[in-house]
Amino acid sequence: MRYSYFPGCTLYTKAKKLDDAGRECSLKLGFELDELPDWTCCGATFPLVNDQHMLMSGPTRILADTKDRGDDKLVALCSVCYNVLKRTNHVMLNDEERRAKITDFIERDYHGEVEVLHYLQVLRDEIGFDALKEKVVKPLEGLKVACYYGCLLLRPVKEIGLDRMENPTIFEDFIRALGAEPVDFPFKIECCGAFQTVNSMATATRCSREILSNAVQNGADLVITTCPLCQFNLDDRQPEILKEDPAFTTIPVFYFTQLLAVALGLDSGNLGFERNFINPLELLQEKGLV
Amino acid sequence: MKTIISGDQIKSDFINRVSEISGENFFNCYQCGNCSAGCPSVDEMDLLPSQVVRYLQLGLAEEVKNCKSMWVCAACTMCHARCPKGVDISKIMEALRVLRLREVNAQPRVDLTDFSQDYLERAPQIAIISGCRKFLPL
Repeated sequence: MRYSYFPGCTLYTKAKKLDDAGRECSLKLGFELDELPDWTCCGATFPLVNDQHMLMSGPTRILADTKDRGDDKLVALCSVCYNVLKRTNHVMLNDEERRAKITDFIERDYHGEVEVLHYLQVLRDEIGFDALKEKVVKPLEGLKVACYYGCLLLRPVKEIGLDRMENPTIFEDFIRALGAEPVDFPFKIECCGAFQTVNSMATATRCSREILSNAVQNGADLVITTCPLCQFNLDDRQPEILKEDPAFTTIPVFYFTQLLAVALGLDSGNLGFERNFINPLELLQEKGLV
Repeated sequence: MKTIISGDQIKSDFINRVSEISGENFFNCYQCGNCSAGCPSVDEMDLLPSQVVRYLQLGLAEEVKNCKSMWVCAACTMCHARCPKGVDISKIMEALRVLRLREVNAQPRVDLTDFSQDYLERAPQIAIISGCRKFLPL
């Protein structure tokens, strides 16, 4: 199986580990992520007011490029890119007036023909979690994982439709396929503060603290995420949280593809764990997984 | 404090414009408060999300224009997900932000020179780009 793939800006630099592990694992699982040529930034924000069409020109061009190379599916790994592309496509499909304005402006013929998929969705719907389980060479036994969804992977549910809003299970099902144990984690759909990290950092610190404390209270060894912004907030805010509360228990936060790579027996040296503030290698070594 | 409510202020240009570009009808809200209960940013807000909608229903444009809440909303859309009437407050907050940022003398809400080089090297592009898009004059 071959899919058009949109990595996005952050996966080329700050979240290289999410991208590297995702690509390596796809080959091991029998699907190819064929990077879209000449892609641009998706814009990293979906415009929430209906008179800001310009912000949709970038993502629409990306979708039209996918269509023009003959593909009807586009895979994203980053939750932000996934959300922006998916919501833009929803407009292209359902709002004739806005679609006409945007496609006329960028001079492209596009009517929402491309289906935007998240990598997790490919694993669930196209590969299947049972087939994934069979490919696992190093089951992550004894590892307790808090599966953190955040906002953009799920909401708004009518436009994204990946899973239920209040109690999604795709991430937990994925973790079970790898042999690890998902913990009960009520804060899994709460916001990490997102872009407020550059404006109201206190919001990002407090939100991260609540999410991480909830994961620790429920016995998690680590938190996994699909989003570079969530990973950054949850990992990078921990020194600040420790300053506010020395009794706070730190916890490693890393990408789901990194854990997938460990379970598939890929070389952990390529996983780039050293860039995390709370280095997960120690934990994985302790559990005998790397 | 005395609050004056009039038909004129409910139909004011600013209130109409917020409704128009957000695409939301404030009068769908019956003030159950689910949005405020689930909002991650309420600790930093001066008006709760449900209060912002109430003020808009009453046409209190100045109070809403000057509230801090719009600037600390993280657009996580939890308010919308839990609203029994389907009101999307993230769109209303965005409408308030962009109307402020489109004013002639609008000031930037973030200044990247305030951040250390070290922070900018650690922060992912999506944080910087989305932050700039939400907080710089348009």
